[in-house]
Amino acid sequence: MAFKKEKTEEQSHYYAGQKKGLWWKYLLAVFIILIYLLPLYVLLMQSLKSSTDLSSSMSFPDVWYFENYISAIKGGTIFRAIKNSAIITLCTVVLEVIFACLAAYPLSRNDTKWNRFIRSIFMGVMMIPPLTILVGVYSVLVSISATNSYWGIILTNIAFGLPMSVFLFTNFIGSIPRDLDEASIIDGANVLQTFFHIILPQLKPIIATVVIIHGVAAWNEYAYSIYILQKPELQSITLCIKKYFSSVTNDYSGAAAAAILAILPLTVVYLILQDSFVQSQVDSAIK
Amino acid sequence: MRKRNMQMNMLYLPALFVVLLFVLYPLIRSFRMSFYNWNGYSPVKMFIGFDNYKNLLSDKNFAVSFKNTLLYGFGSTILQNILGLSFALFLNTKFKGHKVVRTIVYLPVMISGLIMGYIMYFMVRNQGAVNEILGWFSITGLDWMGDGNVGRWIITFVNSWQYCGYCMVIYMAGLQGISRQYYEAAAIDGATSWKSFRYITLPLLIPAMSSAIVINLIGGLKLYDVVVSLSNGGPNYMTSSLSFYINNRYLSAEQAGYASAVGVVMFLFIMLCSQILNGYFRKKEVEM
Repeated sequence: MAFKKEKTEEQSHYYAGQKKGLWWKYLLAVFIILIYLLPLYVLLMQSLKSSTDLSSSMSFPDVWYFENYISAIKGGTIFRAIKNSAIITLCTVVLEVIFACLAAYPLSRNDTKWNRFIRSIFMGVMMIPPLTILVGVYSVLVSISATNSYWGIILTNIAFGLPMSVFLFTNFIGSIPRDLDEASIIDGANVLQTFFHIILPQLKPIIATVVIIHGVAAWNEYAYSIYILQKPELQSITLCIKKYFSSVTNDYSGAAAAAILAILPLTVVYLILQDSFVQSQVDSAIK
Repeated sequence: MRKRNMQMNMLYLPALFVVLLFVLYPLIRSFRMSFYNWNGYSPVKMFIGFDNYKNLLSDKNFAVSFKNTLLYGFGSTILQNILGLSFALFLNTKFKGHKVVRTIVYLPVMISGLIMGYIMYFMVRNQGAVNEILGWFSITGLDWMGDGNVGRWIITFVNSWQYCGYCMVIYMAGLQGISRQYYEAAAIDGATSWKSFRYITLPLLIPAMSSAIVINLIGGLKLYDVVVSLSNGGPNYMTSSLSFYINNRYLSAEQAGYASAVGVVMFLFIMLCSQILNGYFRKKEVEM
């Protein structure tokens, strides 16, 4: 077994046309990692310095200073914002998955002219960049009093995410053989029973993809949140960080600490589930 | 069976309703608003025909935003794809620890563009890390974001740096799909490594490339978050993008009609770009 593994590794070097030693690869790898970690390192160091600490941004703090974190946590806005973003993200992905997979079922199984037209509506709006229709969306939200509410931003997130999710689900259901549906129809199952017992259990991988893609997008949403979530108690994490940085006079350290706390939750989830994150990004990109 | 199909079709109604109400209807509404003089909240709107569009033509800030959008779109796409493909080829050589590199290069994709801009602020500000590193080599740094001509390139670089992990994983998936037999055959025929890259790897990567390019281009053309946090469009709109300008007109200048017109132009331009690119790549894939 060990021998086999070595051989494939040897071969893959060969296929890439590289027969030289390995040292330059490690050098390059370390260099890339340093370039990518440098901004995060600078941020972390800044967050651990007191505002009077004028040591260079590359060096360790003169005194390790945790007060920034303590006051950010005690201020409470960060945790409130994380909670708000978590609620918005959770509702967005749950509702989006439900709406999208329900919609995809008839669209892939019921191939009529009318349904093809419905499908083309979903495909057609997929490419619309959300901000280009900002004025229209916002005036609709105002007229149904959806501003300053969770559900306003949740519905906006869902609306812009749905076309792609419907597309992914439709393709996926199309690849599931129809025999099982037909068997359950003969057994007398109604539409919903067939969907929940036969189709839904097979959708797990694509549900994971949609949850990850749109979960990350909802968590990081900023452009519409600034219009919809104007009340401080509804602030999402991006708005909260924006507030920290635009109200700093000289307290960059405090803002840096807030930024670290803001990126921490998703970073941790990503590090644990990185293979699924990467895989879902690839699955949603390559059609 | 017919009844069953009707019941089944009911299932797409919720999704269709949401998309019609929050995307399609606002799209039509935005188009309509672009012919009005409206401040965004008052009940009074004045129909002014194509005046908003005429004003766009003489609006210097719009011209700058449009040019910057081209840079953010095409500049980042080129940089991201070159870097992403290089990283993918490098990691595909499968040395020990290649996965650590993938994890770290992909990490910034998880961070909001807005927060990434603020993080980068610590790098590029006057007493920031970049100037300090330049100082080690006795090079005097710049106030990077102080000059819009430099600032717009910084924004392009930051955006490329942040999302090139995205390209990388797409290309890595593409590379894994290429059968070794092609390379074996080419090696027997005595192909150099450049030749096997040019005539095997590159053509077989076209599907991955078309996804990566189209997604990055659209992402870059609608760049917004990072502009807000890194420069807030300044100084004097020199780093503003179309997305930024829409928000600026709507929110600060209360010109909702005008903002809609900018949105319509941006919408049409992005549609045009993605149609041309998709058509081009479809032809390429057929030629294969």
